Amino acid sequence: MSDHVDVSNGLPANPEKSTIEGKNKFLGMWVFLGGETIMFATFFGTFLGLREGTAGGPTPDELFSLPLVFLMTMFLLTSSLTSVLGIISMKKNNFKAMRMYFLVTVLLGLGFFGCEVYEFWHYNHVGLGYSVSAFASSFYTLVGLHGAHVLFGLGWITTLLVRYWGKGITLANAPKFYSASLYWHFIDVVWVFIFTVVYLLTLGGA
Amino acid sequence: MATATATANKKKSVVWDWLTTVDHKKLAILYLVAGTLFFVKAGLMALFIRIQLMVPENDFMTGQVFNELITMHGTIMLFLAVTPLIFGFMNFVIPLQIGARDVAFPFINALGFWIFFFGGLLLSMSWFFGGAPDAGWTAYVPLSTREYAGSGMDFYALGLQVSGFGTLISAINFIVTIINMRAPGMTMMRMPLFCWTGLVASILIVFAFTPLAAGLALLMLDRLFMGQFFTPDMGGNSILWAHIFWIFGHPEVYILVLPAFGIISEVVPAFSHKRLFGYTAMVFATIVIAFLSFMVWVHHMFTIGIGPITNSVFALATMTIAVPTGIKIFNWLFTMWGGKLVFNTAMLCAASFVPTFVLGGITGVMLSMAPVDYLYHDTYFVVAHFHYIIIGGIVFGLLAGLYYWYPKMFGHKLNETLGKIMFWLLYIGFHLTFFIQHILGLIGMPRRVYTYLGGQGWDTMNLVSSVGAFVMGAAIVVLVLNIVYSAFKSERITVSDPWNARTLEWATHTPIPEYNFAQTPQVRSLDPWFYEKVHGEGKMQPAEPLQDIHMPNGSILPFLMSLGLFIWGFGMIMINMDNPIVPPGVVIAIGFIMTFGTMVLHSKEDHGYHIPLEEVKKIEKEVG
Amino acid sequence: MKGRKGLLRFLPLSAMLLFLAGCGEERLSALDPKGPQAQWIYDNMILSLYVMALVVIVVFTLFFIAVFKFRKKPGDDELPKQVEGSKALEITWTVVPIILLIILAVPTIQGTYYFAESPPDVEGSSQAGESGEEAPAPDESEALIIDVVGHQYWWQFDYPQGFTAGNEVHIPVGEKVWFNLTASDVMHSFWVPALGGKIDTVPGVDNMMWLEADEPGVYKGKCAELCGPSHALMDFKVIVQEPEEYEAWVEEMSQEEELPEENSVEADGRQVFEDQGCIGCHAVAGQGTGQGPALSNFADREFIANVVEFSDENLEGWIRNPEDYKQGNNMPGFQNISDEDMEALIAYLKSLSVEE
Repeated sequence: MSDHVDVSNGLPANPEKSTIEGKNKFLGMWVFLGGETIMFATFFGTFLGLREGTAGGPTPDELFSLPLVFLMTMFLLTSSLTSVLGIISMKKNNFKAMRMYFLVTVLLGLGFFGCEVYEFWHYNHVGLGYSVSAFASSFYTLVGLHGAHVLFGLGWITTLLVRYWGKGITLANAPKFYSASLYWHFIDVVWVFIFTVVYLLTLGGA
Repeated sequence: MATATATANKKKSVVWDWLTTVDHKKLAILYLVAGTLFFVKAGLMALFIRIQLMVPENDFMTGQVFNELITMHGTIMLFLAVTPLIFGFMNFVIPLQIGARDVAFPFINALGFWIFFFGGLLLSMSWFFGGAPDAGWTAYVPLSTREYAGSGMDFYALGLQVSGFGTLISAINFIVTIINMRAPGMTMMRMPLFCWTGLVASILIVFAFTPLAAGLALLMLDRLFMGQFFTPDMGGNSILWAHIFWIFGHPEVYILVLPAFGIISEVVPAFSHKRLFGYTAMVFATIVIAFLSFMVWVHHMFTIGIGPITNSVFALATMTIAVPTGIKIFNWLFTMWGGKLVFNTAMLCAASFVPTFVLGGITGVMLSMAPVDYLYHDTYFVVAHFHYIIIGGIVFGLLAGLYYWYPKMFGHKLNETLGKIMFWLLYIGFHLTFFIQHILGLIGMPRRVYTYLGGQGWDTMNLVSSVGAFVMGAAIVVLVLNIVYSAFKSERITVSDPWNARTLEWATHTPIPEYNFAQTPQVRSLDPWFYEKVHGEGKMQPAEPLQDIHMPNGSILPFLMSLGLFIWGFGMIMINMDNPIVPPGVVIAIGFIMTFGTMVLHSKEDHGYHIPLEEVKKIEKEVG
Repeated sequence: MKGRKGLLRFLPLSAMLLFLAGCGEERLSALDPKGPQAQWIYDNMILSLYVMALVVIVVFTLFFIAVFKFRKKPGDDELPKQVEGSKALEITWTVVPIILLIILAVPTIQGTYYFAESPPDVEGSSQAGESGEEAPAPDESEALIIDVVGHQYWWQFDYPQGFTAGNEVHIPVGEKVWFNLTASDVMHSFWVPALGGKIDTVPGVDNMMWLEADEPGVYKGKCAELCGPSHALMDFKVIVQEPEEYEAWVEEMSQEEELPEENSVEADGRQVFEDQGCIGCHAVAGQGTGQGPALSNFADREFIANVVEFSDENLEGWIRNPEDYKQGNNMPGFQNISDEDMEALIAYLKSLSVEE
């Protein structure tokens, strides 16, 4: 077992995977995301099956505004990039840079979340209540679940930042930051699918 | 310092110890106890069901109560009885079989148990708040939606959501454990079949429980927040639920039955004194079954009107599952063939599994013929079929496992005489109850009917079936008596290997020290313990020097986090209650804060403690 | 609970009634098939049983030989030969089952398409729902297409001739009859075991199936999908008649309502039927409302609401307290009807007959 890693000469190159705990977290996170994928797939299926069921309520064409969604996409894609930069800094053992990148990630995530809250408020305002139609229910459920994931991810990264603000990178916290960034990438990938399937395909009439 | 922690651990009260334990062996026992309680509860429900159906036009209970009983019987048996019983065995045996000190995430392991437990509790609370769920364990919409079902279905949606999450994280834990924590030399193709089936079942859980979580979320949103997923007038679709449910539901069958296959694959070689025939084929058959299990869900929906093309495709896909299952059956037969069989209770259960399961399997193939299924579907024929799989397969497998691993778990064997009485009662009672139900289905009895008129030719067969149910009940009573009797009267076991078995768990001391192996063993072959007994020095070669052993600390946080989820779930259900004394929002908030608060608390680093070398030596001397 | 006991009281009588019923025994069992579809199902079930019997014989033989021949003898501590496996055997028990399955797969596909046959004159439509095609409208086809709606807990049968029957469907013998099924509330499943397979009735979806009966008689139908507390009581009957008889029945059912003679007790009952609002849900001629079973041929039935045998007492009990007989049904209880009015109402209901 490799739970004794010599750190007297600085951290190893991949601090997130040098202990057995780290390896376990790494694999566990991947498996968990595999499950999450299937859950999201189910909600995507539900949306695709029900998106035409507008029952006389507002239709996607009347609602969706691509500029806003594009802005949200940019927020989230950039935040994904900064989290990658954060992990690269971690591997270089540059704690300050990592901290900064993750902080930017959180801010961008907040920007995304703010847009989504506005988006939902707006749709609700123009008549797309949750119970108006099967389309409304399935749209809010899919996109809202993604939003909830964003919120959870923000809470997670913030907690890590607060707890380890002045502590530097260790073999114990490197896997935690790594898992959180993995989760954040996953959220980002799901958004790419939402952007494509919910907004582009629905507007494109496919 | 470390010594102080170790002794401090010992001083804790017993209750506190069990609430905070992260030891896989203790969690296994918690799983087994909780699973047994739920099993007995659901078993009693089955007896009530059979009392009601014993004679035509019985007025023992109303249709409403009957529907609540069948729903809870099915739901509890699958989610809260068989699943935890299997997890109990997996928890206990898998780390030992792969030569690990514990699972990959001991904390998550405890969390998984408590979440499952509180989820089950939440579901069971329904009896006290306006009645249990009543739309069948399949909870087909629209019957289960806000318009047609009472508050019981809220408990169903939330209770299963919570307990399902526990099951999911436990499964992730098993996957990581099996992949990352194997002892040196324990390659994948040297793993015992039980580890393989445990691994594959865990993977199935990850990919099947997540669609269920999504489906339950839809149902909850429908019931609590007026979601319109299932309302045709609002653009919804009432077949959607059936699809989602069965995408989960069919793999669920294999989630339960594969580990039972695993147990059989351990017990049969052990008492045939022969290695498992066709090990590689068995592994591949397991994987193929798992893969196919995701391709066949529509065979539960042949009559829902999905069209001849879809029905044909899924009928053929379903038939193909018979091939890998057949491979398994024949490999077990040929493991016994040419062996030296010892028929104790464990072996009786394991061996009788083979022909019984074949009967369930052939009705399975019959059901896969879509047009003929138009006859069988939703009749007692189907009821008989899946009880042959679940009792004839899973329950007999679990009992074989119980009698087999009992000495390792509790330090004494179960009484053989009582064991054999139990086996024969159960075996006879089972066939008496369910064989005849095949015919009942064919002569026109639909399933889930709470009563029937006389004069339809069903009376005698239903009576026979009910009598059989009581014989089965008697068998379970004998089993409980056996456990109590053996606890007091049975001889203590001091040897590590009372059965002269083959796999690594039998290389540990009895009772097992909390660290399992003082030195991680070096594995040199399939059936490593048998190999060392025959070709080596009769004990495992160590893969590391004797040294301080690192162990995780216990924690109350899993319990509290799960309690938080329970409170949250209950708060959600309160939204639909007419007169909630406390506003639901407050309860939801409390549960929420408790769950996420403990999560934040958990991020405090806990490095565990070390059992010092002298202590290890002392323990080894005591038990060895 | 009181009502169920009341029901039990009449049990011996109901058994006798069944025994004495002139139309002979009601057919239920799928093991006594009375139509081409049921026959097909029966034959292929037997085929699969034969094929599976092969498997059972092989497995059981091997099993019992192994169990009796290879027991450990006392004192024999030598290890048996540790066999790893056998490629030849593995291939055998992979290939042979595949062949057996192919034997079953061929009829499976044939049967699936056979049962999904559409009514003649409607081109290219398979079972509804497959490609989003609308179920054919009745007038497009020469075949008899009956629209079926499943309700908690009764069946509505709308005939193309423009009338509605409740809980009992009449069809001509020796002719393929199509059923176009849906449900108004929850899912049900339409099943006549002696005539063929079942198909679910799903709200918002139209499903199609056909049945054909070889012999006239009464065939029992069941709801096979859990639909609520009274799921077990949601029976119906298929009454198969010779073509002339069937035509006569259609003729009678298509008549406009025949009002009872003035000043008769039946006429009073008709008035009560109107005053109490019964007519809002129950049609007495022509097309039904979908709210409650049409009563056009009410007096011809053997059972009230398919649960209790037809008698004045039970009819009164049902009208006053339907919940006692069929838990969770949608008919309100009419406890306040005076005894006199009730008598008239029952007399009126008993006059609703189309048979001679």
